[in-house]
Amino acid sequence: MRRTTENTQADDAAAAAGDPSARRGHTLSRALQDWGAALRRRFRAGELGSLPVVLVLATVWIVFQSLNGNFLSPRNLSNLSVDIVGTGLIAVGIVFVLLLGELDLSVGSISGLAAAVFAVLNVHHGAPEWLALILAVLAGTAAGAVQGYSCAKTRVPAFVLTLAGLLTWNGLMLAVLGTSGTVNLDENGLVADLTNYYFTHDAVAYCLAALCAGAVFTISYLDRRRRTAADMPHRSLRHIALRAGAIAVVAFVSAYLLNRFQGLPLALLIFLVVVAGLDILLRHTHYGRQVYALGGGVEAARRASLNVTGIRTAVLAASGTMAAIGGLFLASRITSVSQTSGSGVLLLNAIAAAVIGGTSLFGGRGTTWSAVLGMLVIQSISSGMAITDTPTAVQLVITGGVLFAAVVIDALSRRSQEAHGRA
Amino acid sequence: MPAPPLLALRGVCKRFGAVEVLKDVDLEIHAGQVVALLGDNGAGKSTLVKVISGVAPAERGVIEWEGRAVHIRRPHDARDLGIATVYQDLALCLNLDVVGNLFLGREIRRYGFLDEMAMESRTIDLLGRLTRAVPELRAPVVSLSSGQRQTVAIARSLLGDPRVLLLDEPTAALGFEQTTEVLDLVDTLRDRGMGVLLISHNLGDVKALADRAAVLRLGRNNGFFNVNTASQEQIIASVTGATENVPRRGTSYEARW
Repeated sequence: MRRTTENTQADDAAAAAGDPSARRGHTLSRALQDWGAALRRRFRAGELGSLPVVLVLATVWIVFQSLNGNFLSPRNLSNLSVDIVGTGLIAVGIVFVLLLGELDLSVGSISGLAAAVFAVLNVHHGAPEWLALILAVLAGTAAGAVQGYSCAKTRVPAFVLTLAGLLTWNGLMLAVLGTSGTVNLDENGLVADLTNYYFTHDAVAYCLAALCAGAVFTISYLDRRRRTAADMPHRSLRHIALRAGAIAVVAFVSAYLLNRFQGLPLALLIFLVVVAGLDILLRHTHYGRQVYALGGGVEAARRASLNVTGIRTAVLAASGTMAAIGGLFLASRITSVSQTSGSGVLLLNAIAAAVIGGTSLFGGRGTTWSAVLGMLVIQSISSGMAITDTPTAVQLVITGGVLFAAVVIDALSRRSQEAHGRA
Repeated sequence: MPAPPLLALRGVCKRFGAVEVLKDVDLEIHAGQVVALLGDNGAGKSTLVKVISGVAPAERGVIEWEGRAVHIRRPHDARDLGIATVYQDLALCLNLDVVGNLFLGREIRRYGFLDEMAMESRTIDLLGRLTRAVPELRAPVVSLSSGQRQTVAIARSLLGDPRVLLLDEPTAALGFEQTTEVLDLVDTLRDRGMGVLLISHNLGDVKALADRAAVLRLGRNNGFFNVNTASQEQIIASVTGATENVPRRGTSYEARW
């Protein structure tokens, strides 16, 4: 708050200065200075946010690009952007659970179960795709809700309860698949389209990039106008413009690169819309505030008369839903569902992505965007390793190292936040 | 006939498992009065606060609000009546910022979304009336000092314009200046016609501020005092139980060993 007030004053001072060109240069350097000061303050207070993961991502990209010039090619980046979606959506659900300070181990099994439900309903029983899709997602929601309710009622840590879920849902999936083993999906169906449809027209990606940057600017600007009218502390115009500008640069560069391959992938668009929508849900609605509050202290939340059981159930139901949707995207990528769907490193990757992206294991800190960033890091490493022919052993060790670093940063920043409070 | 007390407890009992924490406790809080609740550690003071605030509802006994019997089963019930509580551990969500904590559970909404601006503006208003050193509103509460956290907790309790305020050890963690600030604040609230229940270990605070004092000992009432006339020794004797037959542990008990 203090900083924004300073900003406003500086803004006025800059406006008072006569020469427009001098003002522009001055404005930019001042904006960068402000930003640096804010960064230092946040560093000391242990609120690093997504800075570490962005640095890690940049390092990974630079290293692989120097090892193999094809790494940052439009083709590879486009594939990367589709590959992150399935696991990324599951990781978004994990973020919800981590915000409560809990862990959901059943997401892998639920994703497999949802895919199996879809495949069997659609292929074996001839149900229309949209119906099978909805039922598959609802199966995930129901599985999550059951776990959430029993977790809230029995007060067994979700980590143990969902371990039981992991086995149960996996067994259920095998039962659903029956003796059929592998089910091949319709190559031209709705679910297959989820990951192989591209908006080939260049304009789509550019328009969406412009829309996104414009929306960020408009919302911040309207908020600023309302605050100015009420004589409240507010962000400077410069700060708003700089932020919207940064988003615009990222969006347009991505759009340009994607258009140079096959265009904007539908999967990426869905992923980003879901992440942005859930971010708004978590940070700007009553429901989301309750989730954060519960992660910050169960007792405090209970005394503020929040419905603890309801929130727990809703959060695990959300995680189950996201797992089911993610499972459908994963099935779409290989257009088949088999008994190994949802097994292997999927669960571990989803959890690792959320944590690497900066969501705290201790609850109450993090956003859905961390799933995107964390998944980008993990998938970049695995894609880079594949391009450079590095053995899987090395890939696992490096991903493990990044996860280790992320957890250590999380713990340290938590401690420094507490120390900051004592000072 | 005098007005009935704002809040009255008659014969309240509460047990946690096998332990009877409160036994037939009576208490009255009148409008415009500060009642001090005194007692040794484990006397049941904090439990009594939890009973009144609905966190741990009473098992037996009657709670009256303006002479009419009411049921307080959930924190929500107490809040609807107009009872606000500042807990000893403050019950703040450390990861939320000051505004988020103040409005937790009763956020102001605009088109279905949180109206951060309206909440922030009311926070500035409220904190401005309570303290000179307004903490940074957008910093997580974990980064505030204990005095600032206390201010935030009190501000939060005042948000719904309550008529009875329960303060559980509000000054225990505070320095001299902040203690004075909190005591002045309680004085102001009493002058506005609020009923205050003040739990404190500090007899100085009680003497300076309270009108009446109720003493709990081992979960029972152990005396009511008019603070202006009773001597400090009388009150302390009642708190420590010096008036009882002290040598309870008989020789037979020791002989068994």
